[in-house]
Amino acid sequence: MDLLTLHHLTKTFGGLTAVKDVSFTVEKGAVMGLIGPNGAGKTTVFNLITGHYRPDQGDIAFDGAALTGLRTHRIIALGIARTFQNIRLFQKLTALENVLAGCHYRMHSGILSAMLRLPSQRREEQEARERALQELAFVGLDQQALSMARNLAYGDQRRLEIARALATQPRLLILDEPAGGMNEQETEALIGLIGRIQQRGVTILLIEHDMRLVMRACEKLVVLEYGGKIAEGPPEQVRHDPKVIEAYLGAEDEP
Amino acid sequence: MKNRFKPFAMALVAALLAIAPLFLNAYHVDVLNSIGLYALLALSLNLILGEAGLFNMGHAAFYAMGAYTAAILNTRYQIPILWTLPFSGLVAGLFALAVARPVVHLRGDYLLIVTIGVGEIVRIALVNDVFGITGGANGIFGISRPKIFGFIIRQPQHFYYLIWGFVAITALLFYLLKQSRFGRALNYLREDEVAAEGSGVNTDYYKLAVFGLGAAWAGMVGTLFAAKMTIISPESFSFWESVVLFMIVILGGAGNMVGVLLAAFLVIGLPELFREFSSARMLVFGLVMMVMMVVRPQGLLPARGRW
Repeated sequence: MDLLTLHHLTKTFGGLTAVKDVSFTVEKGAVMGLIGPNGAGKTTVFNLITGHYRPDQGDIAFDGAALTGLRTHRIIALGIARTFQNIRLFQKLTALENVLAGCHYRMHSGILSAMLRLPSQRREEQEARERALQELAFVGLDQQALSMARNLAYGDQRRLEIARALATQPRLLILDEPAGGMNEQETEALIGLIGRIQQRGVTILLIEHDMRLVMRACEKLVVLEYGGKIAEGPPEQVRHDPKVIEAYLGAEDEP
Repeated sequence: MKNRFKPFAMALVAALLAIAPLFLNAYHVDVLNSIGLYALLALSLNLILGEAGLFNMGHAAFYAMGAYTAAILNTRYQIPILWTLPFSGLVAGLFALAVARPVVHLRGDYLLIVTIGVGEIVRIALVNDVFGITGGANGIFGISRPKIFGFIIRQPQHFYYLIWGFVAITALLFYLLKQSRFGRALNYLREDEVAAEGSGVNTDYYKLAVFGLGAAWAGMVGTLFAAKMTIISPESFSFWESVVLFMIVILGGAGNMVGVLLAAFLVIGLPELFREFSSARMLVFGLVMMVMMVVRPQGLLPARGRW
């Protein structure tokens, strides 16, 4: 069954067509990779899915519901969570507080119940805290729960972002270059983490340049170049696709 | 300061404040009252500027809305001044929502300029006796003294307890708010708006909510001000007031309530204590500000974690 469907998406910025008539589907339960050279429009596709940009043409459906035109926080509430290419944590807040951001939309208490410390508010806070700590433990950061995000090691920051995304209890998790800046061991651990997230029943769509990770973690790949889709299929098939090889290495007859 | 000593230090300060009027003369109590009002305004601005990171340099406008609402209701409709408190809060809060709605998505410096404009519009509207109810440049006088259970509050010492009681309640409520889902959402906004929205936080809602709440609080402080002065006029709500409040929050350490309270004492109290040096004190004051921002840009007491 298809969880996410992109239908003829196009997005232009001024004269530049960042995404050109891109269509693909993400199957429920899959780990799917979106690859392509720098500037191919991968992150723009992510930003279109999460409502950061509105497509000029085409539409996006998530589990039967149209996403086009919805504000980002509404899309998150429907069950899509994401991380960012250039790590966007709340730097001066603790790891725990960062993850609590993901719990936010499932909570209800507002100004008054906070000022009056109503029992329902305290219970809700307690539950959210426990869930946030569970997510921190899931990515292996439970010891750093009270550390400020900016004091965490780079790889830990990446994992913290994943924990924050998981705290929204998503059905689809979108990872933008999760292994970016990671060393070999960290990447290895990340592949394991992606597997464990998949076991939780979360579908994953990721952008990644680390081909070892892509080949091992993904069941299916979509390749973009200059905003358009040039190939799609299982990793083995895609890596031998002449168009993909050309996109990455350049054509043989080029000077 | 070690965490172990912090509760004691705070209890000591609170106790000192509680008995201060017993051994201070009327002038010094009045200075403390003034500090208390600024502390309240700064705490309310701290929600907007310190916690949510929204640059608001027109806070005096909301303060003015509250003060004028109280004065008009009291002088025209004979509503006891303290009873106007919720109305002042409501009017200032709704006004803030109305003006913030179209501009709140602006970032940083742009929002700053717009809020300066709002502050000036309100002040000029008051000077021009808008709707014929604000009394123009002369303002409104003859506001009645507040009365609590038949006791008329008249002397500075009495106002002292009214104002500082309000400071205590405000500090407690805002502290509780900071420790909540709402308080965290404000910090997410300040730290990274895109990430906040991307984590499922309705950023537009929280921007408006915090503007409304901060403004409503400033409006209620306006009531206290009107009650204390019995005369209000537009010059009490000039651009300079907004600047001073902005300065108190930044100087104290945006997002840190103790720092903001401390800064209120320094910014409002010190120039009063050094009155005899007349104009030189403002020179020193300006210099201290400059040195502070260079040496300690994060403020006296920077914002700290919750746990």
